[in-house]
Amino acid sequence: MLETIWFLLWGVLWAVYFMLDGFDLGLGTLVPFIASNDADKRVAYNSMGPFWDGNEVWLITAGGVTFAAFPTTYAVMFSALYTPLLLLLFALILRAVALEFRSKSDNQSWQKLWDVCHFLGSFVPALLLGVAFANIFQGIPIDAEGDFHGNLLTLLNPYGLLGGILFVLLFLVHGALWLAIKAEAPLEDRAGRAAGGIWWPLLVVAVIFLVATWFATSLYTNYLTYPVLLLIPLVTVAALLATRVFIAKKAWWKAWFASSLTIVGATLFGVVGLYPNLFPSSLNAAYSLTIFNSASSPLTLKIMLGVALTFVPIVLIYQIWGYYLFKDKVTKEDLSAEEAY
Amino acid sequence: MDAVMLSRLQFAVATYFHFLFVPLTLGLSVLTAIMETQYVRTGDEEYKRMTKFWGKLFVINFALGVVTGITLEFQFGTNWSRYSKYVGDIFGSLLAIEATLAFFLESTFIGIWIFGWKKLSPKAHAACIWLVAAASNISAYWILVANSWMQHPVGYVIRNGRAELADFWAIITQPYAVWMFLHVISGAYILAAFFVMGVSGYHLLRGHEISLFKRSFKIAATFAVIFAVAEVVIGDFHGKEMMKAQPTKAAAAESVWETTTGAPMYLFVIPDEANERNKVEILGIPKLLSWVALGDKDGVYRGLKEWPKDQRPPVTATFWSFRLMVGIGLFLAVVSIAAWIRRNTPENSPGLLRLLIYCIPLPYLAAELGWTVTEIGRQPWIVYGMMKTSDAASRVAGSQVGLSLAAFIIVYTLLGIACFYLVYKYARKGPEPASVAKA
Repeated sequence: MLETIWFLLWGVLWAVYFMLDGFDLGLGTLVPFIASNDADKRVAYNSMGPFWDGNEVWLITAGGVTFAAFPTTYAVMFSALYTPLLLLLFALILRAVALEFRSKSDNQSWQKLWDVCHFLGSFVPALLLGVAFANIFQGIPIDAEGDFHGNLLTLLNPYGLLGGILFVLLFLVHGALWLAIKAEAPLEDRAGRAAGGIWWPLLVVAVIFLVATWFATSLYTNYLTYPVLLLIPLVTVAALLATRVFIAKKAWWKAWFASSLTIVGATLFGVVGLYPNLFPSSLNAAYSLTIFNSASSPLTLKIMLGVALTFVPIVLIYQIWGYYLFKDKVTKEDLSAEEAY
Repeated sequence: MDAVMLSRLQFAVATYFHFLFVPLTLGLSVLTAIMETQYVRTGDEEYKRMTKFWGKLFVINFALGVVTGITLEFQFGTNWSRYSKYVGDIFGSLLAIEATLAFFLESTFIGIWIFGWKKLSPKAHAACIWLVAAASNISAYWILVANSWMQHPVGYVIRNGRAELADFWAIITQPYAVWMFLHVISGAYILAAFFVMGVSGYHLLRGHEISLFKRSFKIAATFAVIFAVAEVVIGDFHGKEMMKAQPTKAAAAESVWETTTGAPMYLFVIPDEANERNKVEILGIPKLLSWVALGDKDGVYRGLKEWPKDQRPPVTATFWSFRLMVGIGLFLAVVSIAAWIRRNTPENSPGLLRLLIYCIPLPYLAAELGWTVTEIGRQPWIVYGMMKTSDAASRVAGSQVGLSLAAFIIVYTLLGIACFYLVYKYARKGPEPASVAKA
């Protein structure tokens, strides 16, 4: 029971991370294509200014909780995904530093350098997170000892890449909507149009992904056993469709929330399908890491549950307050502030 | 080189680099918070400009501290998976608690603080930087509890082929952790205080923004003298804990080979590791070492030869790091007293100000040397007495680790240069003119 609660919390942490950092990463990927001048770029960077750091902590916590609640999975997952994970970390370092450093010098090449770093630092994590999760869904070649038999190319298989593309598109729409919320016209309109335009390939890839998942993974098994769970993918698809409806109405906030629900739903769809596996082996089902053979002791799980149930709600309260505080559009005046990105 | 050695090097690179930013974050957050509190209390715009000036340096430094910390957390999984599997029940939960309690608070409120000057009342804004300061210090406590557990494992039971949690309270309150925390925190406050004094000294020497930098200097000098003097005492208590918990590390730090009753302290020693002796031992003060380390001048100080060679840490590195760290610490304590005496009129002591500029790197060096003693002195163990470092690494290909190590070195070097350039630039430029800061 404790293991199952922790499994759900683990899934929720990842879902919240994708929802929050998703718009940063998506917008960071979109910037070079949507910004027509320096001011546009700075509006985009400042639109995530007060948030990106707090968003990224959800990743640290998701990693930390994997370590605390399922240490064997943490050990095997992180060493098996050695190269992609370190690439992800380097990319996120570049993203953070780019945000912080870019506008602290007026030198053109300095700014251009950090623009490139910011793009790479956003696109690469979005892609890799998708590739990693799709591979987890379909199973990873690990042996009984948890040692990985493969390399980076093993992970770049068609289904893995499909997952990567799906994440990038999800985040692009999400990020474009965030920019539409935070930017003033005409950038606002361009961002809204971009969200509407990218939505179509997202729909196509999402459908292909759902079909491919049937063939490449056993995620649907749980759904066939407990059909009520099918509500999760149904809500997700409904949210995806609602996103498009709200985009057409230029109701950016509503569209962003619908897009958030899409991302959370998509993550939970995968996680619930995975249960009780955390890190399935593609070599032999007996080698798979499950919530039962990789969990921490009941005492640790109980203490950690107390910590999580006390502090995560507090975190949510102050983070929501932070979003509320900076809900307004990024103005010219904001850009002229000494501390602006 | 094998994957274990490469993984150790990679972790060392990542830790040394991370710890270039952490202490300044810990200390400067508190100093900035004090300055902003002064602004709230007095309404004096100069304190606001001061807060913004030091705050900007704080933020540049903070960003690198955060991102380089993430790679450390994840390296336990990527490179030390056998360790993670064996002790994750305990060690993993400490890291997860650190993230939940501290990282969220720190990272959310730093964003609100940076961008919230006009959105929040002055009081609420100052509260944000206090939350950042509190959170970074709380985070230090949890990570040092985790590290202390590697130095001195308590509150566990070996069950199901791994170390499992038995007594959570014992782990988070063990004296080793408390002393280590006080030791690291004081070191961080010293570092930040010397940073502020050094940069202020630079401007005071040039007659630039005299009033603002005199105020900065005074706050920092007070901070420096409190913690530099306290550190001498705290360091001694921390050392006594180390003596109890890790006798091999203590023996290596002092390069004592033979078990001695009433051991003397030699002011100058050159270890000769190959021949298990010291090449030079001069200026001995009788019984001082036993008195300092054991609290008993006739106490028995255990020498390295009591343990088989494969259970001793590298002596030369541990010894020199320890000596240098202690030497720098004592020197800084003296300098801080001199600075504190002149805290009201530092501009009249150009020699002292010049010295303080050159002192800026010293606490950094001392902090890195301290970690060298802590981590190399723990060898060959990853968890002292429980698990060997050589049994802890992931079974990943050496080539893979070699590649990532190279990437770490290149990326971190470039980031270090960029960060140094910005801090240097803004530190020398000084605060924004009064009219701009008001707008």
